[in-house]
Amino acid sequence: MASVYKFKPYNVGRWIIWSLFALVLVCAPLVFTSNLSVTMLAQMGIAVIACLSYNMLLGQGGMLSFGHAVYTGLGSYMAIHALNAVSAGKLNIPVSALPLVGGLAGMGFAVLLGWVTTRKAGTPFAMITMGVAELVFAMSLMFSEFFGGEAGVSGNRVAGQAFMGINYGPQIQVYYLIAAYTFVCVALMYAFTQTPLGRILNAVRDNPERVEFIGYNTQRVRYTAFIIAGFFAGIAGGLGALNFEIVTAEVVGAGRSGAYLLFTFLGGATFFFGPIIGAILMVIAFVLLSELTKAWLLYLGLVFLFMVMYAPGGVASLIMMNLRLAKFGKLRQIWTSYLALGLTALVMLAGAGAMIEMVYHLQLNAALGDQVRYMGVMLNAKGIDSWFGCAFVMLTGLGLFELCRRQYLSEWGDIQTEIEKEIKRRETAV
Amino acid sequence: MSTYALELKDVRKNFGKTEIIRGVNLAVQAGERVAVIGPNGAGKSTLFNLISGRFGPSSGEILLGGQRIDHKKPYEINRMGLSRSFQITNIFPKLSVFENLRCAVLWSLGYKYTFFKFLSGLKDANDRADQLLEMIHLDKKRDVLAMNLTYAEQRALEIGVTIAGGAEVILLDEPTAGMSKSETSRFIHLIKEVTEGKTLLTVEHDMGVVFGLADKIAVVVYGEVIAFDTPEAVRANAKVQEAYLGSSVADSQAGGH
Repeated sequence: MASVYKFKPYNVGRWIIWSLFALVLVCAPLVFTSNLSVTMLAQMGIAVIACLSYNMLLGQGGMLSFGHAVYTGLGSYMAIHALNAVSAGKLNIPVSALPLVGGLAGMGFAVLLGWVTTRKAGTPFAMITMGVAELVFAMSLMFSEFFGGEAGVSGNRVAGQAFMGINYGPQIQVYYLIAAYTFVCVALMYAFTQTPLGRILNAVRDNPERVEFIGYNTQRVRYTAFIIAGFFAGIAGGLGALNFEIVTAEVVGAGRSGAYLLFTFLGGATFFFGPIIGAILMVIAFVLLSELTKAWLLYLGLVFLFMVMYAPGGVASLIMMNLRLAKFGKLRQIWTSYLALGLTALVMLAGAGAMIEMVYHLQLNAALGDQVRYMGVMLNAKGIDSWFGCAFVMLTGLGLFELCRRQYLSEWGDIQTEIEKEIKRRETAV
Repeated sequence: MSTYALELKDVRKNFGKTEIIRGVNLAVQAGERVAVIGPNGAGKSTLFNLISGRFGPSSGEILLGGQRIDHKKPYEINRMGLSRSFQITNIFPKLSVFENLRCAVLWSLGYKYTFFKFLSGLKDANDRADQLLEMIHLDKKRDVLAMNLTYAEQRALEIGVTIAGGAEVILLDEPTAGMSKSETSRFIHLIKEVTEGKTLLTVEHDMGVVFGLADKIAVVVYGEVIAFDTPEAVRANAKVQEAYLGSSVADSQAGGH
């Protein structure tokens, strides 16, 4: 039996995945070359680190923090102050190392504040993190020397000595700095999950009481993990400061903390790679969706709602469930159902979306007249025919979707039974 | 100086005004197997909770190998060499069987809160976990999530997690609770095997099992130990018969527990 596990540093699958990840980071700006895409890619890198560090608490430690932005945000502030010190010639460290300043700051504040928050687990933990977050936000308004008040603190990342012509003037250079940090941080955070502390953290999530009876102080486990998460959060914050060259109080605000929670959950807290998906969605939502419609927060809320209700494992769990199907060669049986689900959902959403847009138009843009342009169609926000038409589209979509959903569920159930049988068969064959 | 593996001196515990444990004295020699019996609500589980540090006694002393352990934290007591199982299965449901056992061996092998080493490289921890897997006969279920095991398998894993750290004093709280007759006898065999040479305290209801397993029996009735002796002496003890055993022996012979 002892030969079943083996330390395989040259595990081929692992090498392929990590190489692909590096390749994506390197090539992404070569494929998406517009200014907007490079800006978004840079933000995605930062968000990936932030969400993964958050998931160290939520997914791996069962700690529902409502104040993770405290650590990313304070990291940002320390980094921008350090940047300004470099610009003024008072500090002599390369700009590339400034995210580490943010990391150390995040870690330092996690040592300080985490000592209070991690005394408790569960709901009290969540409450205390919220309290701490409010406290820090309130302080940001009080100490304007440090937090810069309403205007925030701005800096100029072209500072200090340029190294091999890299002065971080062009956005693309900053992107590659962020990409490098993202790769290293993701690798380190993955490595953490494979260490004794990482595994005990999972045990603390599942059954803290039992952990106390196998020799571990659960408080100390949570605290240590919290500090490590604070470090990576601070790095994300530091990168953010370099990327935007301005830090405002919003970065420590409740909205930011909520976004980390929401998108980590959407991406999937139960799998390591889930928050990476969440982070990408976060940037897409904040940058693109918010441009597309004023009602984007409402849509976001609805997506979150349905995700919690129907797929609490997030996007990652949906992917993994279907990978399992693919592994057993069953995906072919069900893809038509997916197509049907997708199409009917689109019809339903088109109807619902039109009505939401009309409501928003009436509320916010009434001065611009009653006409709303929606998916190439002109609607009249005050016209009964428009409303009736939209409702008809939505209800038809809903009805068809429900039919497809039932069909899909029964197919899904059948396939799962088949897979179970197949597993049993293989077991007995061995 | 006392050389007892575990010693309780006039241990008392109140919850509010109610005294649940009313002055328990108990001295267990190293290597003894002690069955703790008594009617429901007599305070057997409370006694285990006091010893293992789940809560502190209101008064009295508890000594493990001569050292005071009352009012120590559960993890401190565990590190000193006392480990316990639970009446209601208490394992890590979302971790695999192997991971459950590996978690339970980490502290005793000195890995503490390490995050600079990979688990896969810890040969001693992995070997020990695999060895435990074989001991509790779950080697075929190595990578199954603990929550997907059968009830009896979960109970075996519970024992495995309890003995994993190599504690010298083992407390098992109703290890065979909810098991069928045949499962129970197999399970008792397992318990004997894996606790060979250790000091064992176990709460057990099945009298047949108790007389087969224990070197000594402690009878707890209404928060007091009314007898602590060899099975034969306890069976002959008039006070015990009157208070508890007579009816229960009759029950167990009739097929109840």
